[in-house]
Amino acid sequence: MALKLDARIPSGPLAEKWDKHRFEMKLVNPANKRKYHVIVVGSGLAGASAAATLSELGYNVSCFCYQDSPRRAHSIAAQGGINAAKNYRNDGDSVQRLFYDTIKGGDFRAREGNVYRLAQVSVDIIDQCVAQGVPFAREYGGLLANRSFGGAQVSRTFYARGQTGQQLLLGAYQALEKEIARGGVTMYERHEMLELVLVDGKARGIIVRDMVTGEIESHAADAVLLATGGYGNVFYLSTNAKGCNVTAAYRAHKKGAAFANPCFTQIHPTCIPVAGEHQSKLTLMSESLRNDGRVWVPKKAEDCGKEPKEIAEADRDYYLERKYPSFGNLSPRDIASRAAKEACDDGRGVGPGGRGVYLDFADAIKRLGRSAIEERYGNLFEMYQRITDEDPYERPMRIYPAVHYTMGGLWVDYNLMSTIPGLHVLGEANFSDHGANRLGASALMQGLADGYFVIPYTVGDYLASNKLERVTTDHPEFVAARETVSKRTQRFLEINGTRTVDSFHRELGKILWDKCGMARDAKGLKEALAAIPKLREEFWRDVKVLGTGEGINQSLEKAGRVADFLEFGELMCLDALHREESCGGHFRTEHQTEDGEAKRNDELFAYVAAWEYAGEGKPPVLNKEPLAFENVHLSTRSYK
Amino acid sequence: MSGTSGGTATMRVMLHVWRQANPTAPGRIVDYPAPDISPDMSFLEMLDVVNERLIEKGEEPIAFDHDCREGICGACGMMINGAAHGPMKLTTACQLHMRSFKDGDDIWIEPWRAKAFPVQKDLMVDRAAFDRIIQAGGYISAPTGTPQDANALPISKPDADLAMDNAACIGCGACVAACPNASASLFTAAKITHLAVLPQGQPERMKRALAMVERMDLEGFGGCTLFGECQEACPKGISIDAIMQMNRDYMVASATKVEVKEWAGSA
Repeated sequence: MALKLDARIPSGPLAEKWDKHRFEMKLVNPANKRKYHVIVVGSGLAGASAAATLSELGYNVSCFCYQDSPRRAHSIAAQGGINAAKNYRNDGDSVQRLFYDTIKGGDFRAREGNVYRLAQVSVDIIDQCVAQGVPFAREYGGLLANRSFGGAQVSRTFYARGQTGQQLLLGAYQALEKEIARGGVTMYERHEMLELVLVDGKARGIIVRDMVTGEIESHAADAVLLATGGYGNVFYLSTNAKGCNVTAAYRAHKKGAAFANPCFTQIHPTCIPVAGEHQSKLTLMSESLRNDGRVWVPKKAEDCGKEPKEIAEADRDYYLERKYPSFGNLSPRDIASRAAKEACDDGRGVGPGGRGVYLDFADAIKRLGRSAIEERYGNLFEMYQRITDEDPYERPMRIYPAVHYTMGGLWVDYNLMSTIPGLHVLGEANFSDHGANRLGASALMQGLADGYFVIPYTVGDYLASNKLERVTTDHPEFVAARETVSKRTQRFLEINGTRTVDSFHRELGKILWDKCGMARDAKGLKEALAAIPKLREEFWRDVKVLGTGEGINQSLEKAGRVADFLEFGELMCLDALHREESCGGHFRTEHQTEDGEAKRNDELFAYVAAWEYAGEGKPPVLNKEPLAFENVHLSTRSYK
Repeated sequence: MSGTSGGTATMRVMLHVWRQANPTAPGRIVDYPAPDISPDMSFLEMLDVVNERLIEKGEEPIAFDHDCREGICGACGMMINGAAHGPMKLTTACQLHMRSFKDGDDIWIEPWRAKAFPVQKDLMVDRAAFDRIIQAGGYISAPTGTPQDANALPISKPDADLAMDNAACIGCGACVAACPNASASLFTAAKITHLAVLPQGQPERMKRALAMVERMDLEGFGGCTLFGECQEACPKGISIDAIMQMNRDYMVASATKVEVKEWAGSA
């Protein structure tokens, strides 16, 4: 029952693929576009940009988000910036270089064709955002400013203070609101997708719960777009917003969409360390801080308890600069995270519990002056101080890695279509562009590339190439899906056990962080694979969800999400166990070089692992999409 | 400090929380003691702890909006001891920490109070009126396509910075909640100013000001009488200078009778 995984990469030279494909794709006649109804789930960068753009083209769009406004989607929290191969600095950047950096940064586990297209459209994104009024940082001459980011030796990151995600999202949100006002988009806030509906094997609609009234609603369409973000919250503690979840993607997976590389999760090196048991989420300190901050720990474990300023320069280990002299503090995220873990495992961590390293701005303040640092990072420094009660201008920040982004996601082809015809997946929710590790400032780039510049073409091609009979929500498939959702809701409310939803979520998160976090091994993964089903069984027996299905019920919302995480976490561990190599964010301790670096196995694992749901209680089926590297040479990643 | 847990001192506070089952049900203040609170908890983490205990006792948890918990999504917001987002300046409720309170404190927690923000449940309110103000014109009409190169339009750094200062609005509604008139002027003016100081924003500038202000009035927000409470409460430090810009553009637009009816944004 193996799936046919056809990535549909256009033939021809890499640089010409997208142009050629755009010409070959079918178009929908302008007068016919309004007859097509497209559902967009999620209103972050990918969802809002797709919904607005499709509406501008003339399609009839419905957009759904669980928040009270599309402006609150979690893209808003991205701090550092967005990459684009503009080469405004004249420092050697090009589409080819952005492509290469992204492929290499992803540890050669992404598709060449997709990544090259991403680098190509990156330049259009900046132009589009400026036209919308996104207030990017500027130089005194009035031109756009750039900063450097991890994994690159050119300065190609555009930014808006430490709030780049916010400003890009507000740009897309405003375009979306413009289209809502015009009548092209119908917006459904506080609506959560709980089921995908297939008719004749094609995605034709969704079932949602109106989170205010509790009503279970059906929505039919000609195509469904998921732009529902990543699954980092499976770890409970992550930098994701509290509401981020895997439910939409996982429900689609259970209806036949393959889930690709779920074990590729990104642990961000610079987050504020955990303060205590009450911790509800982790806060990122932008990677851009590594432009000017120097990472260190004491050379001797006995110095860890000292005030940092009392530790002499000679007694500090600037370990990133020492181990990776050419990239230093700007080493890619996976490498910087693991190095922090090693330092702490070595007993040289600082702060409560010894799980922290210093990020020190003293040299930069001496060199550039306090006001320059304030200008660049003021809001981040304030945030740090509010949370920790420590002044980072006076005392180095304490940071530690935290779950931040998920490279894995629903499998999509070059057209961003999943293994279910008509179901397209955009942004973090898909797997396609970042391989085993995403470079900083590339998530915003991908979300907007997918929404503004890829999906408007490829959805048109799908609609023009398929004969889609009209489907209404009284179709038996809709009735059945609605019934499934209602029953599930009822079941949560009837268990009336003793444990809260959050207590299960925290326990699951701890299992995954310990066994499937920054470093993994077969023994630990097998333990997790034994523990998760037990926890899941307990959840369905003993969870306590109060109230009713009518009206606002936040515990009920959480229960649905955690129930899916409890299944999804197992898939993640299974994928991590099967991938007997180390690459990017997936570090198997059994597979490392003598000096502790990740050891890839290109001979056996240069493929995308696309897992297929096989039914309740049955192990998922592994499908492989081999990765062909025709334009880059597979090399051992080195940042030394 | 009233006790210790795991070696760190904890505190005990008494919460007085607005509970309201749905938009039409009557609401009331209910008291909840919160012992064993760590000063390092955020305000919302303290509410999480209280809610976990309520659920364990079989009582419905307190509903409140929140999401990013890092002060940028704008979802959270509540009156804490009569102040929007609580006592810390430039800080959202999610970034407020319990070290801002003392052991034994009474803490009064209520939803935003404004006609245009009806209560949905407990501390949750409906802020869709903000989205409708943006729909009225809070954007630049630049359909996705191939605009000119981004650097073909130089923008002076002071202008770009002023635009950014105003674009920093997170749409939380604290300005409305803090205003004695429940005016949405700071929210509306911040968007008008963000776009009015940029060259890209000029073609629609007058229509935008007219349509957004009219929409704001239509939603039932009060008028601005320049108390300045909004500026004090704004977690992003947006200045009421924006309101001057809005009033100026609105007056010019009204005086020159900009035709808004033909413009989609006013629908």
